[in-house]
Amino acid sequence: MSNPPNHTHLVVVGAGPAGYPAAFMAADLGLDVVLVDQNLNPGGVCLYQGCIPSKTYLHAAKLIHEAREAVDWGIDFGHPQVDLDKMRKWKDQVVSKLTGGLGQLSMQRRIEFHQARAVFQDSHTLILKKADAEESVLSFDYALIATGSRPNTMPHLNISSPRVMDSTEALKLTEIPKSLLVVGGGYIGLELGTVYAALGAEVSVVEAATGLLPRADRDLVELLHRRIERIFKSIYVGTKVAELKDEGTGIRAKLLGVDVPDQERFEKVLLSIGRRPNSNDLGLENTHIEMDEKGFIKVDGQRRTSEPHIFAAGDVAGEPMLAHKATHEARVAVETIAGKLALFEGQAVPAVVFTDPEVAWCGLTETQARIENRKVRIARFPWTASGRATTLDRNDGMTKLVLEPQGEQILGVGIVGVGAGELIAEGVLAVEMAATAQDLKMTIHAHPTLSETVMEAAEVFFGHSAHLYPHKS
Amino acid sequence: MPVEVKLPDLGENVDAGDVVKVLVKAGDTVKVDDPLLELETGKATVEVPSTAAGKIVTVHVNAGDQIKVGQLLVTLDGEATSDRSESSDKSAPSEQSTKSAPSDKSESSDKSAPSDKPDGKKSQSAAAAAAASASEDQPAAPSDGHRSVAASPSVRQFAREIGVDVSQVQGSGPGGRISTEDVKQFARSRPAPTAYAGPGAAPAAAPLPDFAKFGPVRREAMDKIRQMTAQQMTLAWSTIPMVTHHEEADVTELEALRKRFAPRAEAEGGKLTVTAILLKVVATALRKFPEFNASVDMARQEVVYKDYVHVGVAVDTERGLLVPVIRNADEKSILRLAADLNAVAAKAHARKLLPDDMAGGNFTVTNLGGMGTHHFTPIINIPETAILGVGRAEWKPALVDGEIEARLRMPLSLTYDHRLIDGADAARFAKWLVEALEEPFVLSLDG
Repeated sequence: MSNPPNHTHLVVVGAGPAGYPAAFMAADLGLDVVLVDQNLNPGGVCLYQGCIPSKTYLHAAKLIHEAREAVDWGIDFGHPQVDLDKMRKWKDQVVSKLTGGLGQLSMQRRIEFHQARAVFQDSHTLILKKADAEESVLSFDYALIATGSRPNTMPHLNISSPRVMDSTEALKLTEIPKSLLVVGGGYIGLELGTVYAALGAEVSVVEAATGLLPRADRDLVELLHRRIERIFKSIYVGTKVAELKDEGTGIRAKLLGVDVPDQERFEKVLLSIGRRPNSNDLGLENTHIEMDEKGFIKVDGQRRTSEPHIFAAGDVAGEPMLAHKATHEARVAVETIAGKLALFEGQAVPAVVFTDPEVAWCGLTETQARIENRKVRIARFPWTASGRATTLDRNDGMTKLVLEPQGEQILGVGIVGVGAGELIAEGVLAVEMAATAQDLKMTIHAHPTLSETVMEAAEVFFGHSAHLYPHKS
Repeated sequence: MPVEVKLPDLGENVDAGDVVKVLVKAGDTVKVDDPLLELETGKATVEVPSTAAGKIVTVHVNAGDQIKVGQLLVTLDGEATSDRSESSDKSAPSEQSTKSAPSDKSESSDKSAPSDKPDGKKSQSAAAAAAASASEDQPAAPSDGHRSVAASPSVRQFAREIGVDVSQVQGSGPGGRISTEDVKQFARSRPAPTAYAGPGAAPAAAPLPDFAKFGPVRREAMDKIRQMTAQQMTLAWSTIPMVTHHEEADVTELEALRKRFAPRAEAEGGKLTVTAILLKVVATALRKFPEFNASVDMARQEVVYKDYVHVGVAVDTERGLLVPVIRNADEKSILRLAADLNAVAAKAHARKLLPDDMAGGNFTVTNLGGMGTHHFTPIINIPETAILGVGRAEWKPALVDGEIEARLRMPLSLTYDHRLIDGADAARFAKWLVEALEEPFVLSLDG
């Protein structure tokens, strides 16, 4: 590894879904760029300890569940033999294939990549610290901070016990416990809980809000909740964990809620209570960069911080903490640095929960419309009326449209069901293109597919759904 | 019970304003008359008081927004008001829901029990939702909010590139969808379009009568220069509110000096004309009065001040009116300017002027004195902000120290853009010009 140059035009700190696309785009635009990350290859949490490993395991989990269902269709696979070691190796292969690929792309673009930790010495200088304690100084014209986030902890839950894990630890899949308590009923807790349940653990989930996935629309979550009830042992909503105690052979959790046991014992606990931005040990106090009370770096529409030549993108720059939002923010920042007129104004950043069924939404949700006191119209198409869903034996789904009452524009789309994560893309396009219900209704969707449900939801809006008898409300 | 606070009537024909500062945030508790925001209305900056009391749920405006009377400012969780009936049951009307499930006013979102249907009540506090979010890892709504502009990303980018605020554009598509064409139309129809070079926003010509009815006529195609001039003049005339000040400068002294030093100019390859001297005077004045050396950008509501002084000089050629530009006139001596002028006039008459020679001017001088004209109302060479017309100097009787003397008086006509330059400013500029011409030493004294 060569010594980092003393000066660069642009330095990108962090090579996750914000950092590496930024560096690649900058290089493609002809800018001189240095990319710094603590891992050997680009990828960040998303590739190493987040999106990619979890989706790899979730795919396996889905197969296990589907195999069980196949009994109803006349196919009995019996009880699957799970080789955890092989599964871990498979996951590692997936991760190295992707991270290695990024490393290659980085080299092809002749980007100076440095495996080091970066700390700001002042507004124009970084200190790069390698794992072997070797340090060097790098000055820059522009910087993009893309240091991401890490799992949140709560002081009373932060007991140092090998039985309490966070998402990173959980994805190592060292063993499948007999019982697992998932603290936090958001997407991370539900996804990981799904994996462990498929692999044989008895999973219980505790969520402080009154429902799972608190920010999603209730009608979408309802269908997910029903299925989770069948694969998890317990769902405790409106419940908090008061205390965790390691008793040697297990963890005793004290619960506070209505109609839930006071305490319960679990072999392992997964804390999935949110993530916090990595902004506290970057040396930002040596600059004029401002952060909000949660630690997110404050940025404007171009992702510029309070220092005009320093930008921030990704989880460290604010919600939603999603990889695709990070990538687009990074692009806006780099385009701005390259002198173009860019603005981050995606009106419909999609969110996908990769449980089974998947839940996905984009644009304005019904919940958000209520909070904003905004008048909207809703059109729903239940998958009980979908031909394709029936052939899949997965009628547990629904497609809903949130519409502007006057102009009938699609303001938001919400889907629960198998493949919702893929189907939502049409919704995002519809919202961004300011499509109207009429546009969706008149666009021919293939039959028999789940994508039809999007068109059929639009037909419901006009009262002409063939497969749903409209009742006057 | 959510209460909406809207921007009240501001009186005096004012129906909109710019938010300077928002003084409250979600979570704050306000009483009636507590100030919510500072608003600049063009006449003054005023504080807008709250018309209701309660805890702020949502603030709907930001610093920098332009807001109108009646626009929603904040939503409060406060005392019930007459707004209640309007807002309560319309928030989530749904095609499918046939019943409104009763729900207690729980803090955060609706219950997740399977039998629950989305009801007509609203989730009350954004504060509770925020608290819920701190404890779970839910993908949240994008922090930029939904501005719900009915324009696709590429159209938004296009608008941004040509300096149009896409939210101001009326869309002609279904549901008010905005197309690239709509954005272009909007840009063209604005009072001060950003593009000047090409065919301008000329209003459609009224249909002409058939002149042949009245006698013989002959039609000739307009040549390029004529077309360009017609377009430029129409554009300037229709977009700039112009005012002309007519002055006279006593150039008796100056004329004597001019005659005396003419041979020196000729030795340097120039002709010491009044225009050459005027160029120097004007160039110096432009440094002192920056508004005359600027351009107006109505699209962005900005004034473009230029740190260079290029002056155009109108030249009447066989082909028509051309305005070659003398660059950095403020840095050149009168002799040098005379030489440059000579060269450029020769080029103009020889049809050798390039577009580059005529670009980049900040101000124009147009001299019709040779034709015998006195005062006239020259049209500004858009996108400049002023133009100086010069007429024929004539000997006139004048009273000097109680005695009648013959004095040489030169008419000056200064037209300026009243969007940027007010009468008093123009008067000062003109006064300085006149003074510099009447007392030639002023140029080096105060330049």
